Amino acid sequence: MTEETKTKAEDPIVARFKDQVSMDDRQAYEGYLVKPENLIEFARTLKEELGYDYLSSVTGVDYLPDEKLEVVYHAYRTSGGPAAVFKVQVPRAEPVVPSLVPIYPGADFQEREAWDLLGIRFTGHPDLRRILLWEGFEGHPLRKDWREAYFEEERKPFKNRWPEGNVYRVEDKKAFGKNVSYPDEFTPEGWVPEGEQSLYAALEASEQIRSGNGNGREDELGEEVVVNLGPQHPSTHGVFRMVVTLDGETITSLKPVMGYLHRNHEKIGERNTFLMNMPFTDRLDYICSMSNNFGYALAVEKLMGIQPPERAEYIRIIMAELTRIVNHLWAIGFLLNDLGAFFTPALYVINERELILDVFEAVSGSRMMCNYFRFGGLARDLSDDALQKIKEIVNNRLPAKVDELDVYLTGNEIVRTRGEGVGVLTAEQAIDYSAAGPVLRASGVAYDVRKADPYSIYDRFDFDVAVRPNGDVYDRYLVRIDEIRQSLRIVQQAVRDIPGGEYQTGKPQYQVRVPAGESYGRVENPKGELGYYVVSDGKPNPWRYHVRAPSFINLTGMEQMCIGQKIADVVAILGSIDIVLGETDR
Amino acid sequence: MADEINNPEYEVPPELQGQVSVTSIDKIYNWGRRNSVWPMMFGLACCAIEMICVAASRYDFSRFGMEVMRPSPRQSDLMIVSGTVTKKMIPQIVRLYNQMPEPKYVLAMGACASGGGPFKEGYNVVSGVDKFIPVDVYVPGCPPTPQALLHGLITLQKKIDRQSIKSVRWYNDVASEPIPIPVLGPDLIDPRDFPRFAELQAKAQQAANETGVETES
Repeated sequence: MTEETKTKAEDPIVARFKDQVSMDDRQAYEGYLVKPENLIEFARTLKEELGYDYLSSVTGVDYLPDEKLEVVYHAYRTSGGPAAVFKVQVPRAEPVVPSLVPIYPGADFQEREAWDLLGIRFTGHPDLRRILLWEGFEGHPLRKDWREAYFEEERKPFKNRWPEGNVYRVEDKKAFGKNVSYPDEFTPEGWVPEGEQSLYAALEASEQIRSGNGNGREDELGEEVVVNLGPQHPSTHGVFRMVVTLDGETITSLKPVMGYLHRNHEKIGERNTFLMNMPFTDRLDYICSMSNNFGYALAVEKLMGIQPPERAEYIRIIMAELTRIVNHLWAIGFLLNDLGAFFTPALYVINERELILDVFEAVSGSRMMCNYFRFGGLARDLSDDALQKIKEIVNNRLPAKVDELDVYLTGNEIVRTRGEGVGVLTAEQAIDYSAAGPVLRASGVAYDVRKADPYSIYDRFDFDVAVRPNGDVYDRYLVRIDEIRQSLRIVQQAVRDIPGGEYQTGKPQYQVRVPAGESYGRVENPKGELGYYVVSDGKPNPWRYHVRAPSFINLTGMEQMCIGQKIADVVAILGSIDIVLGETDR
Repeated sequence: MADEINNPEYEVPPELQGQVSVTSIDKIYNWGRRNSVWPMMFGLACCAIEMICVAASRYDFSRFGMEVMRPSPRQSDLMIVSGTVTKKMIPQIVRLYNQMPEPKYVLAMGACASGGGPFKEGYNVVSGVDKFIPVDVYVPGCPPTPQALLHGLITLQKKIDRQSIKSVRWYNDVASEPIPIPVLGPDLIDPRDFPRFAELQAKAQQAANETGVETES
């Protein structure tokens, strides 16, 4: 017996649960396999006794050859440290798993996503509806045997493009010339759309009481009004939609509706080769393309077992922190937009952002979609000119500009009155709802992946985790200002210490060889913890590719933040969460 | 443009020069319209960020009379489709297009809006907004640089310059029909495809009958 298997046998969790829980002993897999009937008890013990209070990621994997669907959970301690990974396997024909929402409310949207895309039914989930697609959509697209209308082959590169190269337009081969496919015998006549009754349930309930059919007394009814914001609304930061029930001006319920920008990142990612996914990650959170690259590169490098050279690590940190500055500047500018200072603060911050975008363009060739990271390094080296430019920006220009923002905005009466005490999320709630990034830290939880579970070379830099105690809109704004300052500190140290040398391990490759196994790579993205769950079966394409998107999961606590607030505050609260729809909907 | 207005191809008597401008109605009509194209404040995806940058001080499209972004379709002249058009979103986009008053223009910004882009094969992605609404200008890029978008907007101005008040569709005798709004079914349903459904079904029926006959014989 090897050393490793010996420690596995003595694992305290396995010892405790005896035959209910076993180690996942597949090659290069980690964590515990839990039986569905023991899941609730296992999760409760994990949370309440072992201190894994933060459920980071929930996702499913379709193991078609084994006729199994697997749900994978990643839980962490907010005090720091590695993950507790646990998995539940259910037969593909009848995938039923108990919902973890009663224990970890942050599982809510993620379980709905797993239901939507993989068809895993979570019993006990309070509101198991489709989340990214619409009710009535045919099938569960991330199942391995589900095929999209434009299906060509299971894996890229497609034969019509390489090596044969008989290029054709896929539209020309389809019945309608469009990206659609219908079940056999489908006729649109007589077909009734599913509708959105569940969104307007509150309205219907009061209607019923008025007509004398419902439970409750008519004189107790408030003036309930349902307001629909979005998906085309100037302040929903994209195509996001909220259905808000109001009593007077006070919010009694809020249902986020998303998926209007669901562009099938994961399905396309599983057809792509590993390297092809890199530019797609740029388009997740399109303001922070560099740090999106970072997380994906980490996940795959973990599987491949390679390390980037020293210089590449420094350049990565510089780029990721510059991205954080860009993102927070943008978020602050547009939060002020939402508070009524239309576009003037945004113009100031966009000006500064352009300086950093020039650096990105110089190193990667593109302003926004940088596609700069590679497995084991970077696409190009950082030129001396660009380095000089970065030094100028972080040492001379930005510190003064951040102070300027601080002077104009932090003490501003409107910012304070509209921010203080609005949209409060307490520390316990923030952890429960799996909030991440500035939203979590503004609630007084000093959890930052860069410190809690350091990746790359973050342990070498001297910086503080920005924390604020109140958990309101104003504190989220302050955390962002603090984080810009901390990021400047990190970049200042990095440009001072950056060594020479290679920027890539080995030769640049068009095709990487990734051994079979699973890995979860996570980084502290500007919006929160961004995780990539990658499963490889040894072929050139990932078997499963899942993104734990902070913008998506941060919205789980949105209703909690809004209930009891005024309708005008919804926009400010949404602005303070700082979502990007490319990442929310993927 | 001012030069063209002041120097028409007509003879102006010397005593009226500098006081009277003679021009064609098309020129003055288009001159006014091209310099006040109000885009709708409508962002879909990544390209919207570059669109905001074009509105900001560095690239500043207010130089071309376009700074008034309207949040309401009723007040806008131009829809910049800035990003991936998904099946879930297309009913709203078509509805917004129908709500815009004439004259209206559509600019497809970026690869996704023009033809599906990198996400084309996705099950929830429409391969280009022109499958549903007419597009006037396509701007390539992923995302297009601000300069590219400016070029697209100037191209639209050139297109407006070439239009004639005699032939534009909004002064036709026949009012233009609104575009039927797509429906979300098992997949996206375009009401204009309804006859095609019947056709395909008849064909399938026929094929089934033929194979049925073959197996019987």
